[in-house]
Amino acid sequence: MDQSHEAYFVPSKSYWPFVAAVVMFTTVFGAAHWLNAEPGDSGFGKTVLTVGVIGVLAMFFGWFRSVINESLAGSYNSQVDTSFRMGMMWFIFSEVMFFGAFFGALFYIRMFSIPWLGGEGHGVLTHEFLWSDYAASWGANAGNGPQHIGGAFRTVPAWGLPLLNTLILLSSSVTVTIAHHALRAGHRGKILAFLGLTVLLGALFLNFQAHEYIEAYRELNLTMHSGVYGSTFFLLTGFHGLHVTLGTIMLAVIWFRVLKGHFNKDHHFGFEAVAWYWHFVDVVWLGLFMFVYIL
Amino acid sequence: MSHAATHDHHDDHHGAPKNFFQRWCMSTNHKDIGTLYLVFALLMFFIGGSFAMVIRAELFKPGLQLVQPYFFNQMTTLHALVMIFGAIMPAFVGLGNWMIPLMVGAPDMALPRMNNLSFWILPFAFALLLSTLFLPGGGPAGGWTMYPPLSLQSDSLAYVVFAVHLMGISSIMGAINIIATILNMRAPGMELLKMPVFVWSWLITAFLLIAVMPVLAGAVTMLLTDKYFGTNFFNPGGGGDPVLYQHIFWFFGHPEVYIMILPAFGIISEVIPTFARKPIFGYKAMVFAIASIAFLSFIVWAHHMFAVGLPMGAEIFFMYATMLIAVPTGVKVFNWVSTMWGGSMTFETPMLFAVAFVILFTIGGFSGLMLALVPADFQYHDTYFVVAHFHYVLVTGALFAIISATYYWLPKWSGRMYSEFWGKMHFWNSVIWVNVLFFPQHFLGLAGMPRRIPDYNVAFANFNMISSIGGFLFGASQLIFLGVLIHGVFFSKKKATDRVWEGAKGLEWTVPSPAPFHTFDVPPVIHDDELAHGHVND
Repeated sequence: MDQSHEAYFVPSKSYWPFVAAVVMFTTVFGAAHWLNAEPGDSGFGKTVLTVGVIGVLAMFFGWFRSVINESLAGSYNSQVDTSFRMGMMWFIFSEVMFFGAFFGALFYIRMFSIPWLGGEGHGVLTHEFLWSDYAASWGANAGNGPQHIGGAFRTVPAWGLPLLNTLILLSSSVTVTIAHHALRAGHRGKILAFLGLTVLLGALFLNFQAHEYIEAYRELNLTMHSGVYGSTFFLLTGFHGLHVTLGTIMLAVIWFRVLKGHFNKDHHFGFEAVAWYWHFVDVVWLGLFMFVYIL
Repeated sequence: MSHAATHDHHDDHHGAPKNFFQRWCMSTNHKDIGTLYLVFALLMFFIGGSFAMVIRAELFKPGLQLVQPYFFNQMTTLHALVMIFGAIMPAFVGLGNWMIPLMVGAPDMALPRMNNLSFWILPFAFALLLSTLFLPGGGPAGGWTMYPPLSLQSDSLAYVVFAVHLMGISSIMGAINIIATILNMRAPGMELLKMPVFVWSWLITAFLLIAVMPVLAGAVTMLLTDKYFGTNFFNPGGGGDPVLYQHIFWFFGHPEVYIMILPAFGIISEVIPTFARKPIFGYKAMVFAIASIAFLSFIVWAHHMFAVGLPMGAEIFFMYATMLIAVPTGVKVFNWVSTMWGGSMTFETPMLFAVAFVILFTIGGFSGLMLALVPADFQYHDTYFVVAHFHYVLVTGALFAIISATYYWLPKWSGRMYSEFWGKMHFWNSVIWVNVLFFPQHFLGLAGMPRRIPDYNVAFANFNMISSIGGFLFGASQLIFLGVLIHGVFFSKKKATDRVWEGAKGLEWTVPSPAPFHTFDVPPVIHDDELAHGHVND
């Protein structure tokens, strides 16, 4: 605390936040147009969306580059470091709550919505008057609701690819931790090897996930339209996959930064932030494996 | 000055940049960004207010006079969205931006660039939201709660959902910034339990924001996929349930209610001690009461859905949990009254609004207790009684607190005293007409007039006309506010002293008026006497 108060750091003004607001707006404006596009639309929305997404990527690149340069110039004192750490921790907490909404939806549907539609307790009259032949259960052929939306489907067995993916993510958490220890001990070669391995494991996970999706669509007839089973399955695994994608990209960026020698054993918040994020993604997967695949 | 703040470039060291774009769009200065938030909130307050004028004009007489029902529904929906996310919340963030660093002795917010991003997302988000009014099919008309399946019928859904996403990102980043500032940037000697109650209220509010804005984002994302990507979350035919949306929405929605009132509690807890010239009564109790209310806010959400058909056990649990909130809230009201008790009080405009807050917010609180009773709520649900209730807590509660804070701190921001006469004119007009506007709505609701309806039974005509007259005059009264602000910021000849108010205590009053572009470059030496709550640990 003492030395951190010797000098405050207030960053200079920057156009990146304003650029960020503009490109975020461009992205969602384009996306909204695209979603509402009629057949034979000029493709205006898609174009705007593409421009927006490219803008967002460029913005991240530019903004982070300026922050990295400031960090390398030694502008950031320990107080700034603490602010960054708090920022990342609370950001991850907000992500936990975001997934919480989807897990909450899954639990509600499995505990209440489906059983009630099957005539249990509270939903007896709905069942009686609307869908008296609906035998409620989760999983294949009843998880898509009393109207069997999307038609008959089979579920992804937990002990195939999902188990493999679980092992992949768990070992990637171990490798990133080994890389962290190596960073603290100053073993550059070991950092690069284990961090690189983590990136590969992340990519491998995504590869298997893509295979799983293709199989679900082609072989199992399990799609986004497969009633609420398909909805929860693809939304939960999809948002998790999106986070793994982001995490993998972030890890790859950190790998290049290690290669360029940006970190030393005392100053490597960028590395730690990404490692925290990776562990978070890992924990979410364990929840998914348990509640989406096994149970 | 032995230890200057290190700026990596020295161009903004001595004052604000001259270039307009550089100053306002590239800012890393908490005061400028706070000003942007406040100006934006004021603009949205008038836009949302004009929607309310359309609503009250249509309801002036029974029958359809001015607008079509579908447009009326767009007005009620957008009025709520604009006022909640555009006026009340940004106003509180603006006040927090301006005052928290000054109150805890910090040079700026912890993450100044992210602070600028949090603000600049908002104008774009509201451009997106309000642009729907000009698109084919019009704006959202299913109510601000966006309940499916009604909300899924409108093509504006995608725009609204993305606007909500943007607002959520903005709020989360703003909240992270406030937490990091309070926990990491306090001057040495500013212990947690010596912080102003306003800072405490914002710390807890920021936690609520980070906890629930992502939940709202999740809920509206499911709306989006249900409409555009063929999912069935809210379709019973596919095994989903529209009530699921309500649960997720109100898991966000109830803490959101406290996000809009806890900073108001903080403001009132600053204003009343100043003008009663007494330290706040029961400082620790005030802090713990805010924390208790925040905790309880997570376990009461279903009281918004009593009439939807919940299992009996859930209704009873949520009824009792809701009534529990009256305990910490009662602590706060009694402590404000006890702070005033025996004080040497003067009634400048901020104090007038604060006293009105205590009385009128309490009325809103009591009607809330009535609504918390399940059997009674079956009668009141979706009537004008609910409208009266939440306008008492949000207009005479949150908004009055924001206005009180504006008058209280405006001299510190601008260096000039506003016109006390016109401030009082604003107060008396507001406080009279707001009651003419909303009090009759209690009777309308008890008599059974439903909300969100452009036409009504002639039996309700008298009270509606009274309410509309109150509405127009309350709206017009806010033009006085605008005038006082413009005069107080740009034209007033009367310079403000550093202390501004005779009884004011706290670090923000130790810096010059107007507060210079950079304050507390060097951590201030803190004397407990200077602080409003410096002796609470004694």
